[in-house]
Formats: sequence, C-alpha cells, structure tokens
Amino acid sequence: MNRIRAIEQQQIREDLPVFSVGDTVKVNYKVVEGTRERVQPFQGIIIRRHGAGARETFTVRKLSFAVGVERTFPVHSPKIVTIEVLTRGKVRRSKLYYLRDRVGKAARVKELRS
Amino acid sequence: MAKTILGRKLGMTQIWSDDDKLIPCTVIEAGPCVVSLVRTEKRDGYRAIQIGYGDMKESKVNKPQAGHFKKAGVAPKRFLAEVRLEDGEQYKTGDTITVDAFETGANVHVTGTSKGKGFQGVMKRHNFKGGPGGHGSHFHRAPGSIGMCASPSRVLKGVGMPGHMGSETVTVRNLEVVRIDAEQNLLILKGAVPGGKNGLLTIRLA
Repeated sequence: MNRIRAIEQQQIREDLPVFSVGDTVKVNYKVVEGTRERVQPFQGIIIRRHGAGARETFTVRKLSFAVGVERTFPVHSPKIVTIEVLTRGKVRRSKLYYLRDRVGKAARVKELRS
Repeated sequence: MAKTILGRKLGMTQIWSDDDKLIPCTVIEAGPCVVSLVRTEKRDGYRAIQIGYGDMKESKVNKPQAGHFKKAGVAPKRFLAEVRLEDGEQYKTGDTITVDAFETGANVHVTGTSKGKGFQGVMKRHNFKGGPGGHGSHFHRAPGSIGMCASPSRVLKGVGMPGHMGSETVTVRNLEVVRIDAEQNLLILKGAVPGGKNGLLTIRLA
C-alpha cells in the first residue's frame, strides 16, 4: 500500500492555494479545442470536497443564465492552471447540497470575516 | 516468448498521462526473477527456462526443493514457472530477469487467478436476467427452463447452471505498460488484472 501511496504522492500538486467548502473560487482550466489550447475560467462556490490524496476532487456550483451548473475537478489535475480564491465562506457543514434547492438571496454563503 | 516475468499485484491507482488524461492503473511488483533451470533440446526435447520469484524463508524450504535450488546455485524461491525459449535465446542458471525486459508503451498479457466468488446462482455466474421483482411474481433469481421435453429428453451440454465461480485462471490481453520503475521493480499497467492484492501474476510480452 505504501508503494502505491508513493506513486500517488508524486502527482500531488503543491502550488495550489488552500481552499475549502463555501469559498468562491475561479478555476482556470485548460481546454483543448482541436489543436488549440486555451484557458477557460469557471467561477462559483465550492459545494463539496471529496476523496483524499491524489484522488481528491472538488465541485464548483455556479448559476449560468439562471440555470445551476456544477462541475467537478480533480484537485491535482495538471489541467488546472490556477485556482483563485475570491472570498472565504463561513459554513457549518462539509457538503453544501442545500444550495441546490435555493435561489436568489437565499443561495448565498456568508463571508468569513477574520 | 522468453520475455516473461512473475510478479504480484500491489493494487490499483490512477496516473496522469502526458496529455493530461487520467489513466486507471494496476501496480505490479514484477521480479527480479532468477533462472533456476535450463531445459535443452538435447536432454529434454525442448528449450525452456524455469524462473523463480519471491523470497522464501530457509526454514520453509522442503528437502527436495532445497536440493533443486542448491544444484542451480540460487537462493530458494517461492514460485516457479517454466517459459519456452525461442531460437537464439540463451540463458544460464543464475541469470536474473527484471522489469527492464519490458519497455513503456509495449503491450503485455497478464495471467492470474481470479477472485473466488464461491457457489453462485445463474444471475451472477452466467448473467441471466432473472424474473420481475414484484407485481405478484414469485420468479426472482431462478434459472427457469433448462431445456426441451420428451425430445431430446436430456439437458444439452453447456447449459448455464449454478455452481462455483471464480478462482480460475484468467488472462487479460494487451495491457499497455504505462510506467516502469526499475529501482523498485514496479510495473504499472493500464487497466485491471485478475485476482486480489498480493496475487501471483505472470506477465508476458504480447
């Protein structure tokens, strides 16, 4: 098991900022279109972090033209160029699935003041 | 045919490829295997080598085995397998075969013993459909009819029935070698291989 962990350890990225559930982030993700490569931002609230180690993923939810869009990224994906943490959220649970049932003002997450 | 090595499955993980795709991988500790016997055309009628893998406690070696390894001049090995040689391949006892025999990008066949499932019914063992779950149905997981009536008045050969499943030799063909770690004797293949962790595997070049 340790040897598998060692293989996974090599793939862990250490250049990413600390981010957690409730934060509003902008994920700059590499997209390949044919032969061209460009960076596509995806901005929203993190509603879940799932898994551990090299296999960890996180899900970002945003509203796109009043339609909820959720996208799950592997944390250590080489396709992620940068993750910008815009605001820190104050939340009391690890999975913010309740945001799916809310719209408008109710779908906000309180900002963490430190 | 000689590019064959014995190993054991360490488990599965995933690796990012060079074009940023996530590949499911099996990590195998393969070799080093040592040649413990050479079969020659002259003496045995065919050319082959016997390779051994896995260290063994001196106290666990029985006397016939001890004599065999002593004759070859190699340390006792837990698993032995015979590999046919092609023309022109030369080996002598004491030679070692390591993961260096393979290269990344090549395809390999992996043979192992599948996980034992015990006595299983036809739905799991032969992918029968089974019956409806509800609506007053009393037919759930049974095999149903197993044949015809007075003619042929017997059950045809090969009809799927319940019985022991798993624990059989399975070969998975053409798995790509993703990465080789010669220092740790690791072979990382794309996809799954038969059996559980620590299961013995035979890996040969496709």
